[in-house]
Amino acid sequence: MDRKIRVVVAKPGLDGHDRGAKVIARALRDAGMEVIYTGLRQTPEQIVNTALQEDADVIALSILSGAHNYLFPRVMELLKENGADDILVFGGGVIPEEDIPFLKSKGIAEIFGPGTPTSVTVDFIKEHVKLNLENK
Amino acid sequence: MIAGDVSATSVSFSASDAAYAKYATLAEQCKAGNVRAIARLITGLENEERAAYAALNRFVGNGAVAQVIGITGPPGAGKSTLVDKLVARFREGGRRVGVLAVDPSSPFSGGAILGDRLRMQRHATDPGVYIRSLASRGALGGVSRATGAAVQVLEAAGYDIIFVETVGVGQSEIDIVKIADCVVLVSVPGLGDEIQILKAGIMEIGDIFVVNKADRDGADRVVREIRGMLETQYELSKGEKLEAVPDTLAGRLVAAAGEMEHHADVHAFDDKIPPVVKTVAETGYGVAELADAIADFFAKASESGSVTDRRIARARVQIKDLVAEHILERIENGPGATALNEMAKRVVAHKTDYYSASMLLLHEILLQEGAGGNDEGVKT
Repeated sequence: MDRKIRVVVAKPGLDGHDRGAKVIARALRDAGMEVIYTGLRQTPEQIVNTALQEDADVIALSILSGAHNYLFPRVMELLKENGADDILVFGGGVIPEEDIPFLKSKGIAEIFGPGTPTSVTVDFIKEHVKLNLENK
Repeated sequence: MIAGDVSATSVSFSASDAAYAKYATLAEQCKAGNVRAIARLITGLENEERAAYAALNRFVGNGAVAQVIGITGPPGAGKSTLVDKLVARFREGGRRVGVLAVDPSSPFSGGAILGDRLRMQRHATDPGVYIRSLASRGALGGVSRATGAAVQVLEAAGYDIIFVETVGVGQSEIDIVKIADCVVLVSVPGLGDEIQILKAGIMEIGDIFVVNKADRDGADRVVREIRGMLETQYELSKGEKLEAVPDTLAGRLVAAAGEMEHHADVHAFDDKIPPVVKTVAETGYGVAELADAIADFFAKASESGSVTDRRIARARVQIKDLVAEHILERIENGPGATALNEMAKRVVAHKTDYYSASMLLLHEILLQEGAGGNDEGVKT
């Protein structure tokens, strides 16, 4: 049995719009991944605990509320505290260009803005998870 | 085969084996309640890594005993919401709760959307709760192949109550009976008439019946119909030996799998017709009654010893399945492959017949095992 890539798709913060998250969940499913969908309004603590319990390789964060500069680094911080910062974390949603370098400096691997073809995200995950496993 | 190099229960893995060592360490960490170790060991089991299964021998003698509750029923019946409410209920009593929630894998991509825990996320930050989503990965019985082993992991990790939520089932996905001590069958109004309830399969495996979404029209009718079905069953079984009515309740499906003999009476109603509980999971209506019914089931079952007997019956089936699996594996991958080829040629050349060839092959494999052949190493 080949190893399935497990992805937690989460919506941190308070915005109630999860169409993007659902689209990405669906695309990852069709790419053969196991997607754990947590739904709306998740705290960083919920997201990180979920990733630990689910043995996730990847956390995909979708956010539209503008709180990414707080919530994304908080997720990274909690992962580190739990010795789980090997988990690949990327973001999507409405995130201004100028915030991206800051988020990357905090350990977010990539930000995929609106209009990113889902195949780009799929390829990105496959490439990075493979590297991650090789380095383990 | 039973080499005794790690412990009396180890199977063909030596302690120096790297893959085994990795999982053995995880197993030890599981016993200390390490969440990441639990998660990783379960992943190894899901990926069918033999070393992960072998490392379960670390739990022998651990002594932890959990109550395993299966929650099954059709898609959209409210199983996840009900589990969420039950988890909260059992947490109030201070019990540690594990949840294994199975959702279907796509037969096309192999991927899956695992959405059960969506309804349970309020428990994500409770250290007394562990929730794991499992994809069915091609298994058709309502649970994945690794589910039973994952239950063992959670039990060893000290979870007192383990809920196993099946995929949404239809009429005949009943593998949950091979895993759960107590099966809760969740139904909803509006699925069909009385004849659906009379049909064989899923309706026969409930220890407790739930009619969820009971605020909808027709709920009382469904309750009446289920009760009617159960009472008829009870009347039929009363006064006769239960062996004569081999068509009710969980363990008897195990029996159908070829194992029961003296266990036939174990799966009786314990002199009681299974309860039918009305719930509205969304609001929490009836959840207290359901939790009481579950507690009541275990109280009675432990008094009569029927949980242990069920577990023994299940263990027999599982050991038998594993033996068959090992033998097949040895034929397909081990030195048996050459012998198999040889036998096949001989059969085709009319030098022997199928039956004799199979017996010879079996003999040959067992001889090799007896010679201490740990010949294929670890495959991961």
